[in-house]
Amino acid sequence: MNKETSKIRDEIIRSSGVNPKKCMRCGKCTATCPAFDEMEYHPHQFVYMVENGDIEPLMQSKSLYKCLTCFACVDRCPRGVEPAKLVESVRLAVIRKQGANHLTSDDIPALLDEDMPQQAIVSALRKYSK
Amino acid sequence: MKKVAYFPGCTLRTKAKDLDKYAKDSANALGFSLEEIENWQCCGGVFTTSKDEIATKLSSVRALAYAEKNNQILLTVCSACHNVIKQTDNAMRNDSEFASHVNNYLKDETYHGTARVMHYLEYLRDEVGFDNVAQKVVNSLKGVKIGAYYGCLLLRPNSVMQMDDPENPRIIEDLIKALGAEPVIYPYRNECCGGYVALEDAASAKKKSVSVLESAKQAGADIVVTACPLCKYNLEKNASDVKVVYFTELLAQALGVKGDENE
Ligand code: SF4
Ligand code: SF4
Repeated sequence: MNKETSKIRDEIIRSSGVNPKKCMRCGKCTATCPAFDEMEYHPHQFVYMVENGDIEPLMQSKSLYKCLTCFACVDRCPRGVEPAKLVESVRLAVIRKQGANHLTSDDIPALLDEDMPQQAIVSALRKYSK
Repeated sequence: MKKVAYFPGCTLRTKAKDLDKYAKDSANALGFSLEEIENWQCCGGVFTTSKDEIATKLSSVRALAYAEKNNQILLTVCSACHNVIKQTDNAMRNDSEFASHVNNYLKDETYHGTARVMHYLEYLRDEVGFDNVAQKVVNSLKGVKIGAYYGCLLLRPNSVMQMDDPENPRIIEDLIKALGAEPVIYPYRNECCGGYVALEDAASAKKKSVSVLESAKQAGADIVVTACPLCKYNLEKNASDVKVVYFTELLAQALGVKGDENE
């Protein structure tokens, strides 16, 4: 692992508060994840890939924007690993870079329909942009 | 009448006016009133779990600080506001580094972790009592089969939300019974509707919502109730013959304060 990668990894682990070493690779988080079909990397993969410093593929992946923040993987992990917090911290490592927002308020009007509640818009902006 | 500090949230002022209005009218009928807190700001819709996300949590901390200064209970109705404020409250209580960052920033509006965040459903169960709710029912919903839809935000993460058993909840079913109706238990009642991902990936949200609705329908539900405007949106976009209503509307109807009983 080069210096830059290990810096990003440590930062992700620190800001998420997750200890990937607790994971026993049972796959329960992934089995319960409702976004399974849409995610190229699944919650249990986030855990071991962050641990191994294999973070670049995660940062490039659309999986970051498919997580629903439903906390199913958080509650149902038998080891209390909380994979969703890693997904969030990897996503932040991406969108905090200059010009790297996944969504901006200019993109919103085209995505709206007349019934869409404000809650959807503020939530998406909070998750997808800085 | 007992006054309770109330955080309405952005969507209850716009697309989800019914959720708000029926909550207030029902509260009055049950002997308490919702007093909107001053200068509330949008909770942001979804909690940011990262420890170094400070700014995104300030609106919740301000609401908590207001409740702390006044009457200690901060009441929410929207599932999302409840989840965000309760998780922020938890971070302020248990992460001292985070709390000191926030309080340094807020100066005069500091928060010390003593407000009691309660969802309207919890208030009905723990303060009013479902027995007392049942006694106030004038239009019993007898014979109506209702599926409680919890989704994710009311129950998870359970270590923080502490509302009910996250895998086998009963708080909404108990309310349904109090209103005279028949609760229908179905497997997907605590699975996600697709949430905000609907904004840019409607197909993803559709898949989740259809699973929920099919599950409710197969168990025999005619109506599904929710406390969340985004759940309601996602489910309604994909519903065929199951009606989706806010729990407060059902409550108002049973209490005879909905205003259209004779229609
Ligand atoms: S459920 Fe927990 S222990 Fe099992 S693979 Fe997922 S993170 Fe690891
Ligand atoms: S929080 Fe995200 S990763 Fe975890 S189960 Fe839900 S959608 Fe999957």
